[in-house]
Amino acid sequence: MATRFTVKGLRVSVEGKEILKGIDLDIRGGEIHAIMGPNGTGKSTLASALMGHPKYEVTAGEALLDGENLLEMEVDERARAGLFLAMQYPSEISGVTNADFLRSAINARRGEGNEISLIKFIRQLESKMKELEMDPELAHRYLNEGFSGGEKKRNEILQMMMLEPKIVILDEVDSGLDIDALKIVAKGVNSMRSEDRGFLIITHYQRLLNYIRPDYVHVMMQGRIVKSGGPELAERLEAEGYDWVKEELGIIDETVGQA
Amino acid sequence: MSTQLNAPVNLENIAALSQGRGEPGWLTDLRREAAALAGTLEWPKPEKMRIDRWNLTALGEHRAPQLAGDLKQLPEEIRASLPQDAANLVVQRNSGVCYRNLAEEWKAKGVIFTDLETAAREHGELVRKHLFRTVEAGEDRLTALHAALWNGGVFVYVPKNVELDVPLQAVFYLDDPEAAFAPHILIVADANSRVSYVDRVLASGAGRTAEAVHHSVVEIVAGPGAHVRFASIHHLPEGVVDLSIRRATLGNDARIEWIIGDLNHGNTLSVTKSDLKGNGSSSDSKLITVGTGSQNMSITTHAVHYGIGSESEMESRAVMRDSATAIINGVTKIEKGASKANGHQTERVLMLSPKARGDANPILLIDEDDVKADHAASVGRVNEEQIYYLMSRGIDRELAERLIIRGFLTPTVGEVPIEAVRGELERMIEGKLDA
Ligand SMILES: Nc1ncnc2c1ncn2[C@@H]1O[C@H](COP(=O)(O)OP(=O)(O)OP(=O)(O)O)[C@@H](O)[C@H]1O
Ligand SMILES: [Mg+2]
Repeated sequence: MATRFTVKGLRVSVEGKEILKGIDLDIRGGEIHAIMGPNGTGKSTLASALMGHPKYEVTAGEALLDGENLLEMEVDERARAGLFLAMQYPSEISGVTNADFLRSAINARRGEGNEISLIKFIRQLESKMKELEMDPELAHRYLNEGFSGGEKKRNEILQMMMLEPKIVILDEVDSGLDIDALKIVAKGVNSMRSEDRGFLIITHYQRLLNYIRPDYVHVMMQGRIVKSGGPELAERLEAEGYDWVKEELGIIDETVGQA
Repeated sequence: MSTQLNAPVNLENIAALSQGRGEPGWLTDLRREAAALAGTLEWPKPEKMRIDRWNLTALGEHRAPQLAGDLKQLPEEIRASLPQDAANLVVQRNSGVCYRNLAEEWKAKGVIFTDLETAAREHGELVRKHLFRTVEAGEDRLTALHAALWNGGVFVYVPKNVELDVPLQAVFYLDDPEAAFAPHILIVADANSRVSYVDRVLASGAGRTAEAVHHSVVEIVAGPGAHVRFASIHHLPEGVVDLSIRRATLGNDARIEWIIGDLNHGNTLSVTKSDLKGNGSSSDSKLITVGTGSQNMSITTHAVHYGIGSESEMESRAVMRDSATAIINGVTKIEKGASKANGHQTERVLMLSPKARGDANPILLIDEDDVKADHAASVGRVNEEQIYYLMSRGIDRELAERLIIRGFLTPTVGEVPIEAVRGELERMIEGKLDA
């Protein structure tokens, strides 16, 4: 069955304050959706709420991945169901090596008795790290600890490549990357494009979308998707900014918290 | 005096036991004097912990085992915890040694590795010169009682310039709930020698449900340029109180490395101290503990700098579960005259339960100007952001927590230089985390 991810009427609050005010999305396997929008409009909140971050309270709506409601699952179950979020600010975990962590994550989805062999794991890890032009040393360092901004982002992409999820959300994976790194990360993402995998890419810059060509572009303001279009929408936003969208929709303050 | 002591400690008993074991007169006298002193002294008073409220009366009766010619005669459980290579091994069961062996190669070089009772008979002068000099019998009730009552034990002597490249190992186990269990460990490393010593303290069979006290004292004398590595893992059951005092005296350029795993299930007093007497001497301690159930622990590492340019490093990590309590003290003392001394200490506590208590007490006492000393201490909980991150990759909460806890201990455990000890530590830590 082809992958299908549908978000319907998603409302999310943080500490009693409503941030997302009804989000609808429909992503099919093979598609790439981009979400753009000014700072503080709820993009990361959407990503975190879908992943199940404990701070974000879903007050209405559903998120179906191949018919299963993710919102009823624990964070780890969502991941095992096929959701992956490359985070804007990945955690650092001391004492746990990157390689050990990745192997635990792979085995968690393979289940007991079906663990990946060490040799196979190492072979995969080495080849993906090479693709991402990562220093092999990073496999043996503690997870994200002392990684540079760019190394952390590549490490998120590495995890995506190793875990082979069905739905990938990338939250500002391009921020903090130099132009070469951006190309490498984009190459990694493109290598993962497939009929049974959908992407939701949160970004501020058209630049990334030059390398990862989206099928749909959505604009987020005030905790809603206020405009959707094709790749040309991203190009126009890059060239002209958001004022014309606001004008068109009669929005004065685009951040959330405004009615 | 004997009436003030806990039964069955009394003077006649002690003298008779000592003579019965064929101990030299000086040792019988030492025991007798210590027993008399014990009644006049107080229990040690560590910070924020009343050990006098613990059940300290169950000191047990002398129950010495037969000396076994063969390791096969030991309980399976104990054999499983023995090193693969048991060539250099002393095993104490209850109140006495039941197995001892030292490879001929080392004997030929003048190394002595045997139980302390035997050493007192066969190497009387050497033992007498060092016994209860680093830790004195009259310090408090604990040291006095121990001096009166110690049994079995280990004696290590490494002659000048001899470098042992394999660890000497010892196992102390309790399998008789009524037995006195009080090993004394004396290690003398002569000038420029090298030695590693590893021991484990545990219970097996009926010992596992014992209500008992294990008291032990470790004395280490490292001569000029000597290098001693001492690793000890204690894994006693809930009903056994562990009172363990460890101390090293260091000559010029001598070095001690302590690796301590306090992984008991019962109340624990653990004090590990380096007296950095010699110029250029150095001390490094790594200590790991996991508190579970309702156990109380007072754990202290201590370095006292006397020598010029002496250096100390201390690293202690504690994971606290259930309603366990641990007071983790780190004391760096720099005496006047110890110029260019350098002391660094870290205590970190990870709390897993709201009912657990863990205090980190770093203490710097500095009486000299031209020195360096610093400390870092922290008490924290498992970070929910980190749990979320790991879970977002499909790892369940339980494993996510376990990875973080292991990660917390790894920087210390991973530094343990002897691989077998590292493995054993990891195994016992996992055991305590699983319980
Ligand atoms: N954990 C939180 N606690 C409190 N407020 C939050 C939290 N997360 C988000 N918010 C608030 O919700 C609003 C939307 O934040 P969000 O991070 O989703 O924006 P964003 O669109 O991702 O912005 P940026 O482009 O800067 O990353 C902001 O006002 C923010 O302060
Ligand atoms: Mg954001």
